[in-house]
Formats: sequence, C-alpha cells, structure tokens
Amino acid sequence: MIADRTAQISGSDVLLFCTLRNELVRLPYFLKYYRTLGIRHFLFVDNGSDDGSLEYLAKQPDVSVWRTDKSYKRARFGMDWMNWLLRKYAHGHWALTVDVDEFFIFPFCDTRSISALTDWLDASSIRSFAAMLLDMYPKGRIDAETYREGQNPFDIANWFDSGNYMISQNPKFKNLWIQGGPRARAFFADNPARAPALNKIPLVRWDRSFTYVSSTHNLLPRGLNLVYDEWGGEKASGCLLHAKFLNTFAQKSEEELQRRQHYANSHEYRAYNKRLRENPEFWCSWSEKYINWRQLEILGIMSKGNWA
Amino acid sequence: MSVGIVMLVHEPLTRAVEVARHWAEAGCPIVIHVDSQVRPKAHKWFVGALSEFDDIRFCARHRCEWGTWSLVAASQTASQMMLHEFPDVRHVYLASGSCLPLRPVEELRAYLAENPRTNFIESVTTKDVPWTIGGLDNERFTFSFPFSWKRQRFLFDRYVALQRLLGATRRLPDGLVPHLGSQWWCLTRQTLSAILDDPNRAMYERYFRKVWIPDESYYQSLVRLYSDKVESRSLTLSKFDFQGKPHIFYDDHLQLLRRSDCFVARKIWPHADRLYESFLNDPTTTKNRAEPSPGKIDRVFAKAVDKRTRGRAGLVMQSRFPNWDWENGRTAAPYSVFAGFSDLLDDFDQWLAHSTGARVHGHLFHPKRAEFSGGQHVFAGGLPDSAHLRDYNPQALLTNLIWNTRGERQCFQFGPLDNQAIAPFLAADPNVQISVISGAWAVPLFHSNRNFGEIRTVAAQLQKIETEFLEILRSPQTKARARIWSMAEFIEQPMEPLQTVIEEIGPRSGVRLTEAPRIVNLEGFGQFLQNLKNQGMHPHLMGDFPVTLDGEPEKPSGHRPYLVR
Repeated sequence: MIADRTAQISGSDVLLFCTLRNELVRLPYFLKYYRTLGIRHFLFVDNGSDDGSLEYLAKQPDVSVWRTDKSYKRARFGMDWMNWLLRKYAHGHWALTVDVDEFFIFPFCDTRSISALTDWLDASSIRSFAAMLLDMYPKGRIDAETYREGQNPFDIANWFDSGNYMISQNPKFKNLWIQGGPRARAFFADNPARAPALNKIPLVRWDRSFTYVSSTHNLLPRGLNLVYDEWGGEKASGCLLHAKFLNTFAQKSEEELQRRQHYANSHEYRAYNKRLRENPEFWCSWSEKYINWRQLEILGIMSKGNWA
Repeated sequence: MSVGIVMLVHEPLTRAVEVARHWAEAGCPIVIHVDSQVRPKAHKWFVGALSEFDDIRFCARHRCEWGTWSLVAASQTASQMMLHEFPDVRHVYLASGSCLPLRPVEELRAYLAENPRTNFIESVTTKDVPWTIGGLDNERFTFSFPFSWKRQRFLFDRYVALQRLLGATRRLPDGLVPHLGSQWWCLTRQTLSAILDDPNRAMYERYFRKVWIPDESYYQSLVRLYSDKVESRSLTLSKFDFQGKPHIFYDDHLQLLRRSDCFVARKIWPHADRLYESFLNDPTTTKNRAEPSPGKIDRVFAKAVDKRTRGRAGLVMQSRFPNWDWENGRTAAPYSVFAGFSDLLDDFDQWLAHSTGARVHGHLFHPKRAEFSGGQHVFAGGLPDSAHLRDYNPQALLTNLIWNTRGERQCFQFGPLDNQAIAPFLAADPNVQISVISGAWAVPLFHSNRNFGEIRTVAAQLQKIETEFLEILRSPQTKARARIWSMAEFIEQPMEPLQTVIEEIGPRSGVRLTEAPRIVNLEGFGQFLQNLKNQGMHPHLMGDFPVTLDGEPEKPSGHRPYLVR
C-alpha cells in the first residue's frame, strides 16, 4: 500500500479499478478522461513499475494505489488483485474495471455522466453492463507516430474494424465470447481459436459475493453475464476503445514476451512480434474512422437499448 | 381563478425545493405531501427551505410505496387540504418532486382559465391500452393484491397465480367502469370535491385499496362518474418504458422538451443541471399559447422501446444474440445465392452484376478463401477472406456481410465444392433467394483434363453433397425461397429462370435486360454423362440428357446473345 485515500470514497461514487505496469506516459490522459466521465475514485494495483508510474499515481488526490512485485501470471493475470480490491472497497458501488489502455464509452457519454448511466441501470434493476473491446489503430505503420504524454491516443489510433466480429456463447458461464477485429484479421487468420476475446463486462454494481473469472470477460454468479437479449431485442451496451496499438506497442510486446507473464503462454504477444516485424499495419480500405458513440451505435457495435 | 399544486415528494429533496419555489414565486398555492420515509433531518431542512412562502402547506404524511394505495391516500390528504385552505383554487394539479414546469406558470393559468370546467386526466378503459406490467391488465381490477410487488415479489406472483387458478374475481362497485391512465392529473374543484366528498367514498376506497397500482385507476375511474368534461390526456409529459418505469429526461433533451410545448415534464434526472437551470429561469414562452404537442418525444421513446424489444433485424452483437429459431433476426436484408449458374454460364458474375446493380461475389464458402467481389482480400466491415476465420464461424461471416452492406443487395455463388456448414442456416433464412441448377457442377469436371477414374470419384462425391443440400432446401422447415432447376430443364429454356431470378432482385433501374449470358460449350456432355453411367455411377441431378450429338439440347442461337422482350 503506497497511498490509501479510500476514506474519501462516499456512498454513491462510481469507482475505477486498474492494474498496471510501467504506463507513465499513458496515465495523465487516462486520469483526465475518466475524471471527466465522472469517476470519483481510482484504485490501482501497480505491478512493479520502474518508470515512475507509482510515484505519479501516489501524488493524485483521488487515487489509492497498492504495489506488488509478485507474479502477474500467478495472480491469474492480475484478477486476484482486482477481485480482492473489489471485494474490499466496491461493495454497494458501481465499479468500472479497465486496463490503462481501455477507454469506456457508453450511449450519450458525450452529454451524460457515468452516474446518469448507473442511476438508470439501478432504476432498471440491471447489475452489469457490457462494453466490448474495440481495437483502434492508426492509418499506416503503428509505430509511425509517437504518443506523447497527455495526448488523446485516438488522435493517432482513430480507425477500427466495424463488422467482422464472431460471437458464440460460452455454455459454462453463459457469457458471449466475441473474437474478431483487426487482431484476428491480421494475426490469427490461420488460427482463429487463439484470437483474443473481446467481450467485456467492465461495469458492475458490485457485491462482495461477486467475482471476475477470467479478466473482465465473465463473472460469477453467471446471471451477471447475461448482458445480451436472446429474444431479438437489444440491451444497452457500450464499448472499450482499445488504445493498445500505438508506437508503444512494439516495445511493450517485446518486453511482455521476455517477462512471459501473459495469458496462454503469451501466445498473443508471440504472434504480434512476428507479424510486427514484417508489416506493422492494420489499416485497410474498409477500415472505419472513429467519430463518436453514435457512429458505433448505428454500426451495431454497441446499443442504446431502451435508454433514450 | 387559479391553479393549486399538490406535490408528492420523497428524497432527494433538493430539486423539489427548487420546483416548489418556482410554483410559489409564480403565485400558486402549494400543498406538499412528504413521504414519511424521508428522514427527520432532511424533512426539517426541506420545510425550513420553504418557510418563507405563506402559501406552501404541508399535509399529514403517509408511507408511500410504488404500486400501492398509499400514493392515492397521499394525494387525497393533500387535495383535501388544498380545497379546504385555498378556496380560490379552481384547478388542482397533481405533480411530483421530480416534475419540472417547462412553460411559464402564467401560460398554464391562462390555459386552464380558457378551459374552466375541463378535467385533464388520462382515462381509458383497459381494453384500449396495452399496458400490461407484470402480465396483468384487467386482472388489476378483478384480483386483489395484498403483497408488495417490489418487496414481496415471490408472494405477489404466487398469489396472482393462485387467483388465476381459482378463477377468482372481485365484484366491482355498482356503476363503476375501470379506467386507467397516467397518475398525473389536473382536476377542477368541482370534480375533485365530488370524488372526495362522495358519501360512497368509503365503499370505493375499500375496492381500490386492493387494486394493483390504484394511483393509475382511482381518480381515472371515478372522474367518469362525476364529470362529463374529461379531456383524456395528462398535462404532464410522462413516458413509460417497456417495463413500466418512467423514462428519464437529461440535459440533452433540452431542445426536445422546449419544442414539446408541454406544461410539465417528468421524470427529470436530479443532476440534469442544465434542464433545471434553463426551465426554472427561462421557461419556454410560446407565442400563440400552443397546445402541448409531445409527438416528437413520443417517437423518440417509442423507438427506444422498439429497439429494446425487437431490436435491429439481422444484427448480432454483444447485447443482441437472438436464439437460433427466433424470427426477427437472421439476416438484415434480402440476398441471393446461386448454385450451378457460374459453372454453366460464361461470365455469369459480371452479367448478374451488370443487369441488377447488385454486389456479386464468387464462392464465399470456397475451401481456399472467401471469394469477395473483385477478388478483394478484405471486404466491407473488415471481413477477411481467410477460410480459417470464415470456417471458424461461417454464420458470422454471412450475417456480418449482410449487415455491413445494408442498402446494397448481395449475391454469391454456392456449390458442392464449398463448405456446406452454412447450408442449414441459409435454408432457415427467409431473407435468402436460392436458385439452383442441379448437376451443373459436372460441367467443370467435363471440361477438366483429369483421368476419368478420378472424375468419376469426384462426381459421385459432389452429387452426394448436392443431393443433401437439395434435401435441406426441400424440407418443410425451409424458410428460404428456393428454386431448383435440373441442368437439362435449364438448358431447354434458360431465359425463363434467369428472368424470374432477375425480376426478384429487381433489375437496375433504367437498364433493360437485353443480354443473356452465354452457355458454355456442351458438345459431348451427354456422352460424358453416359460414360459416368457406364462406369457404374448414376448422375441423376442433371436431368435427362440425350447421348447423341443430334440430341444435344438446342443452344441459344449459335452462341450469339439474344434479346428478351
């Protein structure tokens, strides 16, 4: 424990939970983005950063940060840490669990705060909210432009794949399993089963009896995973814009490959590394340029459901 | 000649204070009912914040719970106080703490002065409304509801089930016809006092106490007994979603609310600062005392309910994943599948694209790759042509393709060489038009330079696969519009099938269908089939082909394109 400001948390605050390692360059914009969205308190686990991330976070007035040098992999890719913090601090709160390169958007997020959303979810007796991971990438080589501290990453990575997502149902946990997007297209065309999961349920009205199972892809109890309608209707859903594919990515994937701390023997990072050396470009003529949440709504990537 | 406001409030109270001040400053007498669950400290603060106004009164408090009689009791108590203490009041307006006046109070007063004897209360018989919250419509009035829907849901549901089982019904008070409507009304002193002072009030109350959600039916039914001047609509704009919960207004609804010309709206999100600031400081003044016209807002909310309940047809996404057999949802738009056409007709793809303006793909389910139109490696929406990715979830490729290209008709080729996994999905999709020339897969074999033994094996395989496909198409469950011609039938009169197919897609406007595609050279095909037979295989899908050269089906005017009338 480095900085504990959890005493500031008050009854109806929406809380953000995040694990990170060496992400200093991303933090200023990340915090700014989520403060604007209406997050009242941030709870971080720093997994052995040596670039000053920890010190930076400890200085923030609305941040509590814990430090661990233990294995990310052994902690089930950080989820054990997150579940522990959630159980301890999120009970009775709406909790948003994201990575430092994930930016939550939801219907009307340009005009309504996150508490408008959570109030509405409360009124509708909804406990969990889906936000699929949407991989964003630049036009041209992903290392062409350097991301600077404080910059909106989507000034650089502002393209995405609009309609190549494959969905099936996970019979065990009842969650949807979504794969596809630029990573499946560029990295996993020969091995689709290995393509990373994009389904996420990052926003939950937490109860201490809840637990994330595998990343924020699914939870227990299983009812929390039923964020989709099976009778033709659309439930409200959002997106996590994924700012992973910036110039920082090549460096990061090299580092992660050496640390061997990632899921499925870091298979994903191996695939990236190989491909990145050849041609680090996702953009194609069918790529869609990001405008706003309404565009994603029209494209059918997220939905307003019955929120109007 | 004035209007008095009866306000029902519960926590949070800060907005209620602002609104009460607004009414009071405009000279309206107010009687406020504060839910008895409001904590003493908050209540004290609330009363203190409004103490400067002489014409704000607080009535006796009830413990209010949604769906129960308590809400009616609260409005009765407050209304009685209003009628008693403010003898000048002519209309009583029932509002809540999360109601927001949109137009100047002066305009409301003028509007009511023009309609001095009119009761504004939505009041319709149960037959005429589709509000069936919790699956109850008329049963609201014929069953009794001693358990709380919110707190004792299990008992509530069991007790309803029991009454259904027993066929229980309650007797309605004589002369009473149950009516339903929005609980926010504006009644005249005459009507309201008639309801409250009725010698039979106790009898009606006994009945309505056990009705479910009586605040939507008590006044709405009784008003019909006492007044012949009922304008069946609420002056309060209040919309409900498919679960019967009120839609909430936010800052971004400002313009929509301004243009609605409604007097009052609910429910407003307590943190909608801009709405409160705008309407309380600068209400919408309308030049010619417009009638409320919430049409546009109605449409916005109706669309939202539709999206939640029916969704966008053909969309598969993170929060819409329809069950396999669910109707509204396989694919987003009509499309066409052709089997055998490109084997038998030269440049069929180009011809089809030219005559219809549709997007024509090759074999999307080809074993090597998805043959997108123009040989593209990636297509609309970022669909890759990788066979691995496609075969991982063939249905996703198809639904994505049709969704991504909404507005442009899609056509693709299909045949027994392709991955057949998509066939059951195709057959069950009412959006697809499938045209098959059966047996045409033999033509490329006929033209190939392979050993005959090999050809015979492949032919047997392909025939088996296509037979299975045709069986699926012919099954009674099939929803696809499938047309099947044997190759022999087709060759005999090729224009008729082509014409049918093209007409269904709709020819490109302005372009007349003048050219037919050319049939490939079939000289010796009859003998080829005979050879297969001689080798012990039975090629039956092609139909009857004579063996001899003379008997070759007539080729359309010696390979020249011909005109169609």
